[in-house]
Amino acid sequence: MATVVFSSGLQRYTGGVERVNVDATDVRGLIAALDTRFPGIGQVIGSGMAVAIDGEIIPDAMLEAVPPDGEVHFLPPIGGGAGGDRGRTAQRT
Amino acid sequence: MGRIHVRTRINGEATEFLCDPRQTLLDALRDELQLTGTKEGCTTGDCGACSVTLDGLLVCSCLVLAAETEGHDVGTIEGMAQGETLHPLQQKFLEHAALQCGVCTPGFLVAAKALLDREPDPSEKQVRYALAGNLCRCTGYDKIIRAVLDAAAELRGDTR
Amino acid sequence: MSDERKYRWVGTRPIRHDGVDKVTGRANFGADFSLPGMLHGKVLRSPHAHARIVSIDVAPALALEGVKVAITGADMPDIASEMGTAGEGQVDYAEVSRNVMAREKALYDGHPVAAVAATTSEIAEEALSRIVVEYEVLPHVLTVDEAMAPGAPILHDHLRTAGLDPVPDEPTNVAQRIEIGRGDLAAGFAEADEIVEHEFTTQMVHQGYIEPHAVVARSGEDDQSVVWCCTQGPFTVRAMCAKLLGLDVSKIKVIPSEIGGGFGGKTTVYVEPLAVLLSRKAGRPVKIVMSRQEVFRGSGPASGTRIRVKLGAKADGRLTAAEAWLAYEAGAFKGSPVVAGAMCMFAPYAVENVKIEGYDVVVNKPKVNAYRAPGAPPAAFAAESALDELARKLGMDPVELRLVNAVKEGSQAIYGPKFRAIGMVETLQAAREHPHLKAKLGPNQGRGIATGFWFNAGMQSSASVSLNEDGTATVVSGCPDIGGSRTSLALMAAEELGIDVQKVRPVVADTETIGYNDATGGSRVTFATGMAVIESARDVVRQLRERAASIWGVELEQVEWNDGQALPINGADEGELEPLSIGTLARRAARTGGPISASTSLTARGAGPSFATHICDVEVDPETGVVQVVRYTAIQDAGKAVHPGYVEGQYQGGAAQGIGWALNEEYVYDEKGVLQNPGFLDYRMPVASDLPMIDTVIVEVPNPTHPYGVRGVGETPIIPPLAAVANAVRDATGVRFGDLPMSPPTVLARLDAR
Repeated sequence: MATVVFSSGLQRYTGGVERVNVDATDVRGLIAALDTRFPGIGQVIGSGMAVAIDGEIIPDAMLEAVPPDGEVHFLPPIGGGAGGDRGRTAQRT
Repeated sequence: MGRIHVRTRINGEATEFLCDPRQTLLDALRDELQLTGTKEGCTTGDCGACSVTLDGLLVCSCLVLAAETEGHDVGTIEGMAQGETLHPLQQKFLEHAALQCGVCTPGFLVAAKALLDREPDPSEKQVRYALAGNLCRCTGYDKIIRAVLDAAAELRGDTR
Repeated sequence: MSDERKYRWVGTRPIRHDGVDKVTGRANFGADFSLPGMLHGKVLRSPHAHARIVSIDVAPALALEGVKVAITGADMPDIASEMGTAGEGQVDYAEVSRNVMAREKALYDGHPVAAVAATTSEIAEEALSRIVVEYEVLPHVLTVDEAMAPGAPILHDHLRTAGLDPVPDEPTNVAQRIEIGRGDLAAGFAEADEIVEHEFTTQMVHQGYIEPHAVVARSGEDDQSVVWCCTQGPFTVRAMCAKLLGLDVSKIKVIPSEIGGGFGGKTTVYVEPLAVLLSRKAGRPVKIVMSRQEVFRGSGPASGTRIRVKLGAKADGRLTAAEAWLAYEAGAFKGSPVVAGAMCMFAPYAVENVKIEGYDVVVNKPKVNAYRAPGAPPAAFAAESALDELARKLGMDPVELRLVNAVKEGSQAIYGPKFRAIGMVETLQAAREHPHLKAKLGPNQGRGIATGFWFNAGMQSSASVSLNEDGTATVVSGCPDIGGSRTSLALMAAEELGIDVQKVRPVVADTETIGYNDATGGSRVTFATGMAVIESARDVVRQLRERAASIWGVELEQVEWNDGQALPINGADEGELEPLSIGTLARRAARTGGPISASTSLTARGAGPSFATHICDVEVDPETGVVQVVRYTAIQDAGKAVHPGYVEGQYQGGAAQGIGWALNEEYVYDEKGVLQNPGFLDYRMPVASDLPMIDTVIVEVPNPTHPYGVRGVGETPIIPPLAAVANAVRDATGVRFGDLPMSPPTVLARLDAR
């Protein structure tokens, strides 16, 4: 089972829970499973955040595979966009 | 307003062109003579991208009226290489990786040549002050200064 | 792994392929292109920081002989709010549209309100002066403090603060609140033996590329438009022009010129869609070249910021807690890089108890755009200045303090995930061993160190490698070359093919010649586009081995590619077979299966973070307040330096920009919100006589996910200098400067008050 680690900002959606184990094969399934457990969190992490799997930050990660013992973090999107901008973490200059 | 007929020498070659009385030398070089190697960075004489020589003297071509060059000699980046042979400054800029985007490079080369023409053995400080009118935002100047010092040594025939 | 590998070409310093064009003046930059029958476009800009546009009358301009067409916001299609991927992150096209041409309100001094095209630029300029705009001037806000104050004038009535739960339903200038963190902050501070707390401000600064934005657009009766322009992202320009003008992407072709610097500032559009629209209306090509004043007033500088930092540590230096509050100016539309700032600021250190709050705040200034490691320099300035104070309180060497806390492989980044192989510790060790750190300081001199972190990016790239019939090769990519990346790509192709790098011709193609490429940015071209080149070159090598196998009548496995030739192995070498060179195979390609080429499109994964440590010595003149940087050393992990000369160039250039940010550069506004220094005389960037040589150390901790171990190098170098300089000034004077820039009047006032 993959481990999901929630930052303090996300813990208000999990009732203070920092880590959970989730059985999912891809990010989409993982978010659906989390939303079942913490209703409402799917909207937050599914549309406005980037995903890091085992240390690699992945933009547009919905279809990304989640390894069975993977560690997953949800991050605010880094890109210059804000205020509901979503998705990409990749940066520029 | 009528256009002015100007007779000048550019890179040693007799050249005639027509220009607006308000037109700068920079604009005349670029727009009338298609010598676009001289670049525009500011039009206020602050960046040195448009550096050319007027009778051997370094000037910002954005601060010279085209009509003022009547009867004078203008030197631009296009005249620096001799045929297929690069000037040692040009060669050293390449060897030292002294350019990144390259837009300031023509101005630096013209200004550096003007320095070496009057001071063949400049110190690092002299080079830095002589090129203080040329802005480069990519390199931090380090490799430009090294390239100029190296070219100066080569031009002097130093082997040190 | 890559660190074992011996390289023939990677790691060498060949002369760049576009070099001769650039030292002879032949290289064509944005403004160097012209077309017959071309009109000249000019943009009228708001003189007010915040004003309702009551009416615009362009008729007097159109009445002028030679004026062909005029446009205002009314000519721009109204686009619904839509987030789009535009090469370099997410943008709201509706806001891009309103930034390139104001609609009901002008939101900053310099905001475009109309544009004209005329037969000469003089006539176009004259036409602008005849356009009559009636403004109703509104109160404005220029800083995050003003914009966040209760009762502040509001820029956008519809804006609500995202990230609050629930989102309050009242107009605000705060577009977003973000929070990252973990652990128990209060417990962390309770555990600390020493605590430092400081507040910092930085001002809006500009990328300062020497080449102003320039574009020529030509549109035909077939509805097609061709755009020549200087941009980091030709595919971004294509997408934005299409979206803003309601056209199919296939209707627009973007041909990138050489680019005279960008640093992130040329990753969006300003005059490009206006030139396209003018050319479509006029039926003639239109050229627009921004003046330097327009670049300062109307492009995309970097955020001014206010940042508070609190750090707690044990007596041995181990950090127990880190807290920060950041507010970043977004400019007139939401989207400052505050998130990146928040994530970067403590990223070099392992801390268990962290809380960082960030606010994205709209103000009546130009919409900010990316500037080299967007968001990170002000945040690192705050974090690294606070660490310097902490080291002083603890009586610890600043390098040791950082080493005690430095992240390494497996450490958890403060923003969450665990790091893979990284070089933070290695850069600190290199600093500790560097002679600079042991050199004696003179009177009025001081020394500072600081570190920096940047994620680096992968994103989408396409590239092709074609073998020419004589055994030379062409590499085509779609990423404009800002700092020598063309030659980096050629080096990688040469490495794989086993031919001289000067026999490889690297080309930057237009948007119709190569598959999609995200913009040149994020320190990604050598990394990501390089991966596409390596994959393509490996495919070409496989094809070459196949040709050799068929010529020899052996299996593919019996052919090895080595140093530019096919060699028989695995039993094939027992016969009489002579090696086949790439030239021979290329010449015989027509009769062995046809042309040999390969192209690769990919989303590059596994960008390796890059860390840097900088050492700075300054001398402060107590009479004038002038701070002179007298020695500077930039140490950074490159993973693998493909062309070390241009890697050093990135370190040096980034350091110089950071020094300018620290010491002199700032947008200065008057009380009406009008920019007072939109020129290089008054916006004071470092010149050659301001700087010393900038020493560099390239650390190489390979990025395990890249074939050669490459990490991006372009952005990290601008992050440490702000604090490195401030820490050096603190060392020299005993005064902690929390407000940038440390310009002579500011420094003198603080020294006098000492």
